Amino acid sequence: MGEFLQYLVTGITIGSTFALVALGFCLVYNASGIINFAQGDFVMVGGMSAVFIMASGVPMGLALFLAVVVGGLAGVLLYKGGIQPATNAEPIQLIIITVGAALFLRGVAQVVWGTGYFSLPTFTGDEPIRFLGVVMVPQSFWVIGVTVAIVAALGLFFTRTRLGKAVLATSYNRDAATLMGIDTSMVLLLSFGLAGALGAVAGVIVAPITFAHYEMGIMFGLKGFVAAVLGGLGSFVGAVAGALILGITEAMMAGYISSDYKDAVAFVLILLILFFMPSGLFGRRGVERV
Amino acid sequence: MKKYNGLKVFPFIVSLLAASTSIQAAEESGEPIRIGAVLAVTGPASFLGDPALKTLQMAVERWNEEGGIEGRPVELTHYDSGGSASDARTYANRLLSRDQVDVIIGGSTTGTSMAILPQVERFQVPFIALGSGVGIIEPVRKWTFKVPHTDRMVAERVLRHMQANGAERIALMSATSGFGQSGRDEMRLKAEELGMDIVIEETFADDDSDVTAQLTRIRSQDDVDALMIFGAGRGPAIVARNADQIGLNLPIYQSHGAASEEFIRLAGDAAEEVYVASAAILVADQLADDDPQKDVLTEFERLYRERWDESASAFGGNAWDATMLLEEAVQEAGTQSDSLRDAIERISGLVATNGTFNMSPEDHNGISFDSLKILQVREQSFQLVE
Repeated sequence: MGEFLQYLVTGITIGSTFALVALGFCLVYNASGIINFAQGDFVMVGGMSAVFIMASGVPMGLALFLAVVVGGLAGVLLYKGGIQPATNAEPIQLIIITVGAALFLRGVAQVVWGTGYFSLPTFTGDEPIRFLGVVMVPQSFWVIGVTVAIVAALGLFFTRTRLGKAVLATSYNRDAATLMGIDTSMVLLLSFGLAGALGAVAGVIVAPITFAHYEMGIMFGLKGFVAAVLGGLGSFVGAVAGALILGITEAMMAGYISSDYKDAVAFVLILLILFFMPSGLFGRRGVERV
Repeated sequence: MKKYNGLKVFPFIVSLLAASTSIQAAEESGEPIRIGAVLAVTGPASFLGDPALKTLQMAVERWNEEGGIEGRPVELTHYDSGGSASDARTYANRLLSRDQVDVIIGGSTTGTSMAILPQVERFQVPFIALGSGVGIIEPVRKWTFKVPHTDRMVAERVLRHMQANGAERIALMSATSGFGQSGRDEMRLKAEELGMDIVIEETFADDDSDVTAQLTRIRSQDDVDALMIFGAGRGPAIVARNADQIGLNLPIYQSHGAASEEFIRLAGDAAEEVYVASAAILVADQLADDDPQKDVLTEFERLYRERWDESASAFGGNAWDATMLLEEAVQEAGTQSDSLRDAIERISGLVATNGTFNMSPEDHNGISFDSLKILQVREQSFQLVE
């Protein structure tokens, strides 16, 4: 029993980190209908910025905040420099632009920060918490707590604020939204900025656990994307559920069967889900608007 | 008929002589010595490739400042494999066919070294590999040499140390990379030879962010005396940290893949008391003054620090040793590929950072098992144990 709980806790911790990335995917997808493959690299930008801002002597709290701002700026820049100039492009072309942006961010990070691994101190100490034979590090609570808080905040933003509704309206039909007086360009800028900041938040809180590295975004981007598709692209609850399912299944796989096949789990899951539930667990059923 | 043969062979000999004199002329006129490098400067193995490239660049700069080797300038052509075996093969081909290099140094990992190896054997150009897998030099291949200690030596060194400290039943946690897999095979082999038991085996991927599940399995196994971690890069630090967090009460051993200051920096307090098998470079200052390696090591460390403003690692040391082997061989035999190869194979008594190299036709690694040290992390620095 103790083992099972340990695997579960491990899975939830890993899953929460995937969830933060998956949420970023959803955010951009909801606003623009494209998949932003630079989302994982926003995580990297956040984590690496935090490490280097702190190393320059800035106190931790401020450094983490600035790192999130840097992530947001990266998102804004991606929109201004890559997406906006290609306004009339098809989604597939925009997606390819984001792939290019991902490679660009990675290249810049490699030149600016080098190829080493960097560790960030944990927020509230290293002493593990033991309970019912289960061990959990305090940082895990931060990961899980921040994920929950962000899901709640995003939920409120999209259902209770005019701006959030404007983002949703833009995602449903950009032309109609423009006619309704919504500044769609502004909305898109906002959602890319938010996605960048969200990615950076993920980077900042996982860096003490996984270490920051200029290529850390690849794994996070991949797993976060799988989680988002698993939950049904665009659904925030779905993204979190997908991420937790992925994290827990991986941990159970490593614990009970074999750690060799742990990474295959993500891909088997996505095949199964897409085969039996093509729109994901919580996705809107594919309704064609006529 | 015989007369005809003689007549036919004669011009051939003449042309051979002409060719060899033209090579000599080229060498005397300062034709550059071309070193090709394929290193994993980016990607998951960048902690291997990055210091190796810096070391090669530093060596080439130094040679050229001093007027080259035997008066010939040295040129370095480098390609980044990113740790990918297929890229390494492509770049090796490019170095051999287009850039016409005299020697290749590289293959940061076992996998990339194995990918370069068939190419150099085909083009017949000497290759000094920086990967650690024993498969690179076993069976011996004519053109391939290798600098770092093999994982077989590491396995034996670690297991003997465990045995001497009363540990007979071992848990093994290895990376799924080529490095980890080869290490796992060697651990199995040597454990059997020494009559020890590997009672539980687990694996982890290089980019895993949490291995608590695997360690929980090891913890629930009752009769384990010690844990060996075979991995490189960030992974070993994650394993050490998770082991500390779940309170795994076992002596922990790490392979040479964790033999760098970076391991301590990343693992922090969790690195305390961990044993690491390593070349002597990490504890150069702790070697006895009469240790023949001491001068080479302190010299390399000083140069590297002056040039790059960071501390030297064993991975840079591997590349430094490759340049020492090359320099000695070129001084003796020039760069004509056959004679250069033979000269590398004849090197003996060359004291370098990894140990004393005694190459032979049977041994293209040339360093002995006892030049590998067991270190322990105490108060955030490596201490020489034996």
